[in-house]
Amino acid sequence: MSAIVVENISKSFGKTKALDNISFNVKRGELFGLIGPDGAGKTTLFRLLTTLYTPDSGRASVDGFDIVNQYRSIRERVGYMPGQFSLYQDLTVEENLNFFAALFDSNLKNSYDLIAPIYRQIEPFKNRKAGKLSGGMKQKLALSCALIHHPSILFLDEPTTGVDAVSRNEFWDMLSDLKNRGITILVSTPYMDEASRCNRIALCNEGRIMRIDTPDNIVATFDSALYAIKADNMYQLLLSARNQPGITNCYPFGETHHLVVDNNFDIDSFKTAHADIKGFDIMPMRPTIEDMFIKLMRQ
Amino acid sequence: MRQLYILIQKEFIQIFRNPLLPKLIIIFPIMVMLVMPWVTTMDVRNVGVTIIDEDCSSLSRHIISDIRAAEYFSLNDNVKTHNEALTLLEDCKVDAIVLIPRHFERDLLSQDPQKLDISANAVNATKGMLGSQYLILTIGSTLSNYNNHLTAAKTSDLIVIQNRFNPTLNYRHLMIPALMIMLLILICGFLSAINIVSEKENGTIEQINVTPIGKVTFILAKLIPFWFIGLFVVSIAMIVAWAVYDLSPTGSLGSIYLATILFILGFSGFGVSVANLSDNIQQTMFVMFFFIIIFVLLSGLLTPISSMPEWAQNFTTILPPRYYIDIMRAVYLKGSTIADLWPNFVALGVFVIVFNALAAFTYKKQS
Repeated sequence: MSAIVVENISKSFGKTKALDNISFNVKRGELFGLIGPDGAGKTTLFRLLTTLYTPDSGRASVDGFDIVNQYRSIRERVGYMPGQFSLYQDLTVEENLNFFAALFDSNLKNSYDLIAPIYRQIEPFKNRKAGKLSGGMKQKLALSCALIHHPSILFLDEPTTGVDAVSRNEFWDMLSDLKNRGITILVSTPYMDEASRCNRIALCNEGRIMRIDTPDNIVATFDSALYAIKADNMYQLLLSARNQPGITNCYPFGETHHLVVDNNFDIDSFKTAHADIKGFDIMPMRPTIEDMFIKLMRQ
Repeated sequence: MRQLYILIQKEFIQIFRNPLLPKLIIIFPIMVMLVMPWVTTMDVRNVGVTIIDEDCSSLSRHIISDIRAAEYFSLNDNVKTHNEALTLLEDCKVDAIVLIPRHFERDLLSQDPQKLDISANAVNATKGMLGSQYLILTIGSTLSNYNNHLTAAKTSDLIVIQNRFNPTLNYRHLMIPALMIMLLILICGFLSAINIVSEKENGTIEQINVTPIGKVTFILAKLIPFWFIGLFVVSIAMIVAWAVYDLSPTGSLGSIYLATILFILGFSGFGVSVANLSDNIQQTMFVMFFFIIIFVLLSGLLTPISSMPEWAQNFTTILPPRYYIDIMRAVYLKGSTIADLWPNFVALGVFVIVFNALAAFTYKKQS
């Protein structure tokens, strides 16, 4: 049985279609990522699955329970970490944990084993008010609170937004640990580089899912050749590269521009055309999730 | 029940950890009781009077000394001419001018007596009217005393006035029981509404909504602390009223507390409904202010309902504060019992049901 089943779900707010006929399954014990930019409908989907919203059409179940009719059972067994820090800022770390544990008829001691790897890092600050924690610590506290009642499914809405690169890495390590303990995790992120840490990902944009597969398979379906180009004047390079024959797309990508080409592309004539541009260089590139995402968005 | 206890415990931790709230809960009732009864008075005092005495008779000196002796007036002696006095009236330096005409005493008992002239500044209608009424009473008694020298009949002794329930006509005694409602409106309605909506604004309600906590439990946990704080605050106010103004309820404390509990239950339900329907603190504040103005002006707190136009009187029947103020004044001053005031208690009970049903109906965990 799948942990999460979503079938043809749609949800609109006024004229805005936040989710447009979405379907996917998350297997038990899977770390499933929703990858997409802001406004893709990720948060709406989380709110639907955590029973805060009801869908306009379609149906969905979480841990075998229908999100509309059996929402009470779902609330007993899911952990939710909203995108915005939503614990009580004027309660201490320990008070927040005890409070949320008590709401589920549990206590900190019962859940200590599960949350220990995460909680131990903030335990020295347990008497500090949650509002006074740093961003990374807040995130660890929020994850601890979401885990306090031994949920079978975790919903994490952009947990790494606004967190530094080191903490983000640590956070994904924690998620892998939790996954190994058998907890199903649905996580969303706007960072494409985090996608490779998931078992499977769904690329979403504007309320639709463009593709669902493992990160490797998604990259493997990128069927064009890809180059990275750079020069001293990057903007000039971008303009001139786009005018060359055989170019499907050229876009800024970190320190370089990525160049997606078709069969008409001839690397030698491209090099000749840019020979007089200062610092020009071109090298073949392995496609990333982001390249795939940009490609899918253009279709 | 355990969940309710946990939630209430959390509320109390948050309230006492708030830098402002605990102080407010103590200071607020004391301030309202110490300051408001003095400033919300309709007694007119310190009416500035100037007297132009063109008669200079023994009668006119009597009138002047009686006005000087009366506690309502402050006399301005330094004016010689009527024109000078009128200028002072225009500049709001005095509130009323008494002009005693020439030969006032001489012609008093003649066929065609001179007329004594009072001009009052009526910009503040109450002060103008009451000021000139006080002057008429004071001068009238001087004149009748003067007449008694000449005639045998003592006209002033024919009327006896007895002020029942508030023998000294003390306006503060009317205001104090009613002012307690201000405390309840602000603490049980306003604060609890802001408390709930701030959970929305901080996003904490989202975390609560995905827990198995029922909506009734959540709302109750929000309100119960404010119910207790409301009762506490009214008790402080009653102690201050007793200690400072020597005013204690003539009727039973039981009926006061029953009315207070009913009002708190109803009004906090109203606060929750407002909070449910607003998305942020700004909206809540605005809506609550709007209703508080209506409640304060139309509930008979400041002006008697019986002197409002009929449509306004009809409108006040749907305002809960009206019934509470009625009960408080009647129990405090007249010693009325629940049996006397049962329609008011029933009305408060109806509001409890209506507002709390509205609160339960408008609270949504899902959308």
